[in-house]
Formats: sequence, C-alpha cells, structure tokens
Amino acid sequence: MGPLDLLLFLFSDYTVRTVGAGAVLMGVTSGVLGVYALLRRQSLLGDAMSHAALPGLALAFLLTRSKESAFLLFGAALAAWVGALGVIAITSYTRLKADAALGVVLSVFFGFGLVLLTAIQRLPTAAQAGLDKFLFGQAATLLQRDVLAVLALGAVVLGWKEFKLLSFDPAFAAVQGFPVRLLDVVLTSLLVLAIVAGLQTVGVVLMSAMLIAPAAAARQWTDRLSTMVVLAAVFGAAAGIGGVILSSLGDSLPTGPTIVVCASLLVYGSLLFAPHRGLVWQRLVAARRQRTVRALRVLTQLYWLGTQHGDPFHPHPAGALRALGGPGVPGILRELTARNWVRRLPDGRVGLTEEGLAAVRDFLREAEPEAPAPAGSEAKAPGGEAGR
Amino acid sequence: MIGLQLEIQLVAVLAAAACALSGTFLVLRRVAMISDAISHTVLLGVVVMFLITRDLHSPRLVVGAALTGLGTVGLVSLILRTGLVREDAAIGLVFPLLFSIAVILISGYADYVHIDVDMVLLGELAFAPFDRLEVNGLDLGPRRAWLMGAILALNLIFLLALYKELKLTAFDPGLAAVLGFSPALVHTLHLGVVSVTAVGAFDAVGAVLAVALFIVPPATALLLSDRLPAVIALAVVIGAAAAVGGYWVAHTFDTSIAGSMATLGGVFFGLAFLGSPTQGLAARALRHRRQRWDFALRLLVMHLLTHEGTAAEAHEAAAEELPAHLRWEPRFAAVARLAEQAGLVERRNGLLVLTPRGRELAREVMLYGTG
Repeated sequence: MGPLDLLLFLFSDYTVRTVGAGAVLMGVTSGVLGVYALLRRQSLLGDAMSHAALPGLALAFLLTRSKESAFLLFGAALAAWVGALGVIAITSYTRLKADAALGVVLSVFFGFGLVLLTAIQRLPTAAQAGLDKFLFGQAATLLQRDVLAVLALGAVVLGWKEFKLLSFDPAFAAVQGFPVRLLDVVLTSLLVLAIVAGLQTVGVVLMSAMLIAPAAAARQWTDRLSTMVVLAAVFGAAAGIGGVILSSLGDSLPTGPTIVVCASLLVYGSLLFAPHRGLVWQRLVAARRQRTVRALRVLTQLYWLGTQHGDPFHPHPAGALRALGGPGVPGILRELTARNWVRRLPDGRVGLTEEGLAAVRDFLREAEPEAPAPAGSEAKAPGGEAGR
Repeated sequence: MIGLQLEIQLVAVLAAAACALSGTFLVLRRVAMISDAISHTVLLGVVVMFLITRDLHSPRLVVGAALTGLGTVGLVSLILRTGLVREDAAIGLVFPLLFSIAVILISGYADYVHIDVDMVLLGELAFAPFDRLEVNGLDLGPRRAWLMGAILALNLIFLLALYKELKLTAFDPGLAAVLGFSPALVHTLHLGVVSVTAVGAFDAVGAVLAVALFIVPPATALLLSDRLPAVIALAVVIGAAAAVGGYWVAHTFDTSIAGSMATLGGVFFGLAFLGSPTQGLAARALRHRRQRWDFALRLLVMHLLTHEGTAAEAHEAAAEELPAHLRWEPRFAAVARLAEQAGLVERRNGLLVLTPRGRELAREVMLYGTG
C-alpha cells in the first residue's frame, strides 16, 4: 500500500474518520483547558476528578435504579464538580497546596464510592452489572461530547482576559475588582465538564494525559498565553489524530494508549528540543558561551603579552599560549585565525590583527568600564578591585 | 474470629503508620499525588515481568511492581530537575505514559491472558489473615503484617536517620543546598522509600486506601499543628484511628473495609477543616469577626481623639451620628456600646467622650497603627 492509498484509506474508512474526528476534538478541548490547569498547578485535576466521579455515579444509580446514561453522567459530573469545589475550598482556606487537596478529594471520594458500590452489589437486582465500567470507556454519543467541547471552548474565549488574569496574578485580579472566587469556580467547572465528557470516551488515564501533555509541550515553545493555547490545541489534535492513525495501522494497538504515547513523544521532544527552554538548546547555548569565553581569554592573553612588549601586535609562540590556556588553545587559535582576529607568522608565532585588537578593546571596555581605557603602550595591570 | 478481626486491623494500622511517616514529607514537598501515580504505573512492572517469566504466579512480578515504583519516582525526579515543568505536571507526564505502554504491551503480547495488578498485589484487607507466614510449621501470623511491619521499620529508621535533612530540604531546599546537603539526593532517597512503602501498601490494603493513607492523615495533621514532630505523630495517630474506626464501620454496615477506612479519613479531615483551633473554618471566621470589631473600636477612639476639644466635636462625637460619619453599616452602631462596656468611652449629653484608657488606646493606635 503506497502512501496515497494509505491516505485514501484513512479518509474513506468510516470508523477511522469518526474516531479521528472525536480524538481531534478531544485533543483540542483538553489541550486548551489543560493550559489553564497547567498554569494553575492543577494538572492532576483530570486524574483526581475522574476518581471523584465514582460516588456520584453510584448515588445516581442508587436513587434512580436505572442505567440510563444521562442520569449516571449527571451524577458523575455532579460528584466530580463537588470534589473540584472541595479542592478549591481546601486550597483557599488552608495552608495545604493543590496536590494534597487533590489527593484528599481523590482518595476519600473514591473510597466512599467503593462503599456505595458495595451497597449496590447487595441490591436484589442484576441491573448493577457493569456499572463500574461506565466511567472507563462507554462511548458517549458524539453529539453530547461535541456540544460540551464547543461550550467549554466558547467559554474560554469569552472569559479570555479574566482567566488570563486569574492564572497569572489572582491577587492583582482581586484588587482590580474581578470576582476571583467566582472565576476560579467557573474555570474549574469548565475543566470538570471537559473531564467528565472526555472520561466516557477515552478513560481516566488518557484524560489525565491529554490535559497535561499538550499544555506542557506548548509551554516549552512560548511565553505568551495566546500562542500557548493555540499550540496546545494543535499538539492535542496532532496527538489525537496520530494515535488514531497509528492504531488503525498497527495490528493490536489500542487507540487510547497510543494517543497517550503520541502526546508523550510530543512533550518529551519539546522538553529536549524546544528553542530557548529545551535541554538541548540550553546545552548548546552553554557550550557556545563557554567557547566564546575561552576565545576571549586567549585573545586577552595575547593582548597583555603584547603590551608588555610595548606593542599590542607583538607575536608570541603558540606554545606559550597553550601553556597558559590549556589543551583547547590550538583549536581556539585556528578559529581566531579564521575570523582574522589572529595572524599566524611563518615561524609559528601568533599575534593580534587590527580586528583582533578592536575586539579585545571592546571586550575589556565592556567587562571593566571603570578601568582606564587599555590604550596602546600603557602596560598597566588590569582593573582595580572594582572590576574583578 | 476475634483473631481474624484483630489481624486485619493490625495490618491496616501498620500500613497507616508507614504511609503517614513518608506521606507527611510528600505533602510538605507538594508531590502528594506521586502515590496515586505509582498506583497506576505498577501495572507496567507487572506486565514486563510477566512477559519475561510467562508465569502469573512468579514472585518476580512483585519485584517488577516495586521496580516500576522506583522507576516512576526516578523519572519524576529527573523531569523535575530540568526545572521546565512543575511538580504536578512532572507527575502527570510520567504515569499516563508508563500505564499506556503497559496497556499496549498487554494487547500486543499478552492478550490471551487476563492480567491485572490485583492478581499480583492482592490489595484486599479482608483476605490478609489467610496468607500466613510459617517458619518450620510454626504460624507466625499474617505474612502482610510482617511485610508492613518491616516497611514501617524501614520508614522509622529512614526518618530517624535523616530527620534533620528531611526537615531542612522540605522547608528550605535553598538553605539546605547552601549548607551542603543535597536536596535532590534527600528527595530521591525519600521517594525511594515512598515507592517501596506504596507497593507494600497496595498489596496489603489496596491502592485506593494506600493513596488515602499517604495523603489524608498528614493533610489533616497539618491543619492541626505547626510543629513537624507533632504533625508526624498526629498523622500516624489519625491514620491508625481511621484504620481501626473504618474497620468497625465496615463491620457494622457490612461494607467495603478499604472504602470505609478512606471515608473515615475523609471525615477526620473534614472535622479538622471545619474545627481546627488554629486553621479551621470556624476559628478563621471567629478571628475575622473579632478583628472586625476590634478594628471598629480602634477606629472609634481614634475618631473621637481627633475631634476632641474641637468645634466639630458636638456633632462628630454625637452617638447617633457616628455611623454616618464613619460610613459604617448601621449594625456597627453597637460599637459605641461595646466601647462603653470596655471602659474606653463615656456618654455625656448624647456625646461620646474618651475615658483616660480610651485616650491612651487612641494614641497608641495613632502611633503604631490599628494592628
């Protein structure tokens, strides 16, 4: 199968197309909302709230005795929402941070859910069978999910300024008269909405990953919120579509986990290779800086040696420089010669050129602006105490 | 029967104590959720070891689980050390990936066999008494009690040996680094102990309860005390109380033991959240209220002092007009009465006049502020 056939297959296959569209939408929604979760240190909200939904699900079943998905979904969403409010209350009224608040809500709610499930298992009906599977992967109708996703995205656009302020400087937002508590509740509720909607289609672990990975990846590429939101949406969609395509090609690759792996590749790639923040970039910058420093050191040594002879251009044996600067010096000298800062005499000695002298003087002026201008013949020791 | 009940509670209390000891520092370090992350990732170790041994009953599966616990905290520390993401995201970047790899491995290579964490790590307290440790035919009690006891001892030794380092690096990693302690090393060692404790506790009491025991008792204790030794001791006591109380709740209502213990822990947390003498909602509300009235009193005496002996005193100090002058809500009219009771002002011909004490307070306020 050639690449074109493959493309045709992917876009004509109904299942792939439908699942793909769903995964893209989920990727975009969770990517965008995940940005706020990440900035507010609530990345693990997805994990916590999907566990916190259990008692709501069980209560909804106990009260209605039906497995009608609308009731159950409502119960689950309600419990998750109450849990999220609990997290907000704990973080805003106690010294505990988000991680502890999430952990408390997660484990206590889930534990209580277990208690309720035990009660349900003792009911004389058989209707409870498979109830626990509800949370982890019964497909919601496409429409329900689409509506929720579009609602959540629309709310983010509407509350752009407010949510931005809330995420970066809640104290300033409060002073400016924004209803910070309310905004916090609204934004967290949106997250819960997205989580519960996504939960049914993709399961707990995938939901947690999709809230975190696209946003964390996007964070590495930019410092601007708007760019970050767009990037997170793109990354989310890419992970979604990538996972669906890969799993449709592979023999027994489950879609959800494959999406997680794609999203993880994106984020680990970004951690390594993103410009400015990425680890590789940081290493390169550090290495280049080190090379520059060493080159300037050799140049400066040549200069001081020269001025001691009363002539800054006075050439010196390369060996003397190597003795001063270590084994890296020959390479540095080659580089400096190539830049025409240093000239190499036929007898192997090296000396500054006009450009080299200018470079040294620039550097010394920058490094020690207080020191007397290192002009020509005056062989004065570098700088006073202040310049060191 | 009594022995059975006691043994279940013994295992739970040992697990609660071990989790509380290392959990306190998880909460202080803001990585409490790492316990939950490990509960997801142990699947990978189990699956990988199964693929190697092809035997669901091999003890190496448990070793695999413990190793993934270590691997998880190792990866999280590694990501944290880059400084590119914060604690929550670092945790959230690791466990979904490891879990997903495990699921992919299962569906690729082990589809024919049902494989699940609970086949390797029992995680059901009710069954704990049936797995006995026997030496030369001598019954020494439940195996998991010994295991959790050993893990508790490990936690205790670790805590006693590195107490100073743990405390310093948890509260002030910067200072710790300056003083020559490596916060990263202490952190990694601590997380290593956590992962061993976690896997042991998953096996003894189940993942849900283990996560609850790691986080809820220390979080509750932090609401009750400001001193680290007291917090640790309280966490152990609260965890043990949740374990014992939860057992009897489950016994009475014939329901999930782990669920009841976690729920009871939640009840304790809720009580501390509302009623803690220093941090509780009620104490905060009372303090807030007292401060409001206190502030109002000080404002009143200051106002009176400012206008004392001036021409405007006749209406500025008139008891009826005060709320209007100070732009107070009507209910604060009671401040005048309060000030009278406190001996700060006296009422003369409808005017409020400062007593010597009131004057003294007003001067103090004007010099040092309302605090």
